[in-house]
Amino acid sequence: MSLSTQSQMVEDNYVLVASLDNVRNLSNILKAITFKDHAIFNATPNGLKVTVEDSKCLQANAFIQAEIFQEFTIKEESVGFQVNLTVLLDCLTIFGGSTVAGVTTALRMCYNGYGYPLTLFLEEGGVVTVCKINTQEPEEPIDFEFCSTNVTNKVILQSESLKEAFSELDMTSEVLQITMSPSQPYFRLSTFGNSGNAHYDYPKDSDMMELFQCSETQTNRYKMSLLKPSTKALALSCKVSVRTDSRGFLSLQYLVRNDDRQICFVEYYCCPDEEVDEE
Amino acid sequence: MKFRAKIIDVGCLNHFTRVVNTISKLTKTCILRLTPDNLYFVLSGKISSGGVSMWCELSQANFFDEYQLEGVAPDANEICLEVTPENLSRALRTVQNAKCVKIKLTKKHCPCLTFAAELPTLSSISRVVTHDIPVDVIPRRLWQDFKEPKMPDFDVGIYLPPLKTMKNVVDRMKNLSNFLVMEANLNGEMNLKIETDLVSVTTHFKDLGNPPWGGDGSQGRSQSRDPELMAHTRVDIRKLQQFLMGQQVNPSKAMCNIVHKRIIHLILLHEDVSLQYFIPAVA
Repeated sequence: MSLSTQSQMVEDNYVLVASLDNVRNLSNILKAITFKDHAIFNATPNGLKVTVEDSKCLQANAFIQAEIFQEFTIKEESVGFQVNLTVLLDCLTIFGGSTVAGVTTALRMCYNGYGYPLTLFLEEGGVVTVCKINTQEPEEPIDFEFCSTNVTNKVILQSESLKEAFSELDMTSEVLQITMSPSQPYFRLSTFGNSGNAHYDYPKDSDMMELFQCSETQTNRYKMSLLKPSTKALALSCKVSVRTDSRGFLSLQYLVRNDDRQICFVEYYCCPDEEVDEE
Repeated sequence: MKFRAKIIDVGCLNHFTRVVNTISKLTKTCILRLTPDNLYFVLSGKISSGGVSMWCELSQANFFDEYQLEGVAPDANEICLEVTPENLSRALRTVQNAKCVKIKLTKKHCPCLTFAAELPTLSSISRVVTHDIPVDVIPRRLWQDFKEPKMPDFDVGIYLPPLKTMKNVVDRMKNLSNFLVMEANLNGEMNLKIETDLVSVTTHFKDLGNPPWGGDGSQGRSQSRDPELMAHTRVDIRKLQQFLMGQQVNPSKAMCNIVHKRIIHLILLHEDVSLQYFIPAVA
């Protein structure tokens, strides 16, 4: 059976078809949230949302809007399924994920609905790869109930400045402590490691600080091991918004530009590690 | 028994180094067979090496400026050594900018291949670096194990796609599965397939072309074959990956012969080097 007829048969009954001229526009952003195997996919006419969770304390979401895709056809209001993200990424980068200009892998992704595999057709330089990834019933992602009305503090930074801090963070520290305050020290990252304590302060009028909206002093600790995966998103991003709500939950939103200069978002939610007594 | 050889040309030295590096990626130990005209790196399909065999043939005249060989006996003018290619490769790595490299079979504490390299210097005093690489001399009664493998009576022969593309695909498939099915037909099509509980992946190559194996009688089976019919063999994916990983020789031709459900026979041809690699089927 030829490839085109195979593809045709799959597409006759599809509920979701999405095509990309450059698979990196999907694979790169998925790499930013790869820290567990299971990923929950939710497609709506607006686009694709992929969710990965760890220990009910950390959640990462990647949003790829429908406009990013060259074709995005969905026959239902919402289509959900769960796949193994590591397997998906190996499939998406089957041709090596080349960064050479002019060499791109094209993708056509089809899903026929509950019980069917997610089918990928990848093509580079006339070579075609067909992948069928088994799907599972999607779990309901945890609702962190993080809503913008409860946000107490918010800063938006150029990612460059945070990358520097994160690359120098003392990873022997179990926690990263984030202090946000309308007065000194404004925005502080602290670690408590084997070789001592370290603080990184960002003045609020720094060039790197695009927005500074802090209404009260808040100090929260987050497990370093939970925050570690977010550095993948940070590395890809150009801006990051750091927010905490009244419960001390942390939201990190990354603005990522893909190869075609389009904008996508990755967001991480993290529970605080413990209450810190304020003196 | 005597062997000495000398490389002066830096191009030859680089080329020889690349060949040895390639061999060292494929196997920990192998046989180096020296004859008056050729050098052979040989691995015979022992169970301990996963049944893989290798045959690499180099014409000595294309590498060495001087080459002297006295075999074990007048009626058997060759020498058979067991070597660790990694050691050869390491010795060659340090002598890349040498003015000349001499290779000699010596008797130190044990039989050794001695690499003596004369390095460039600014003063008139020469600098010589010597590497003694222990080898085992293979007695004549065991030589029959290291004869050139016969070209198997294959079902389909096909040209391989660019090895880099193939390597990328096989690398990813290796993350997903331990076994890979390689299949090809006489219509120039080749597929690489894996299948696990989680995923099935097939990469389709087409328009590869089939080598015209005319006249040597080994193509009997494939003559009357339906061009669309696939011959396939399931192999240990690590063996194939190893073969693709080691490629530093830039072959002018890369081919593969498939004996249905039995073996895949990979052949790389370079003007003065040929490398054959056999990967047996797994059930």
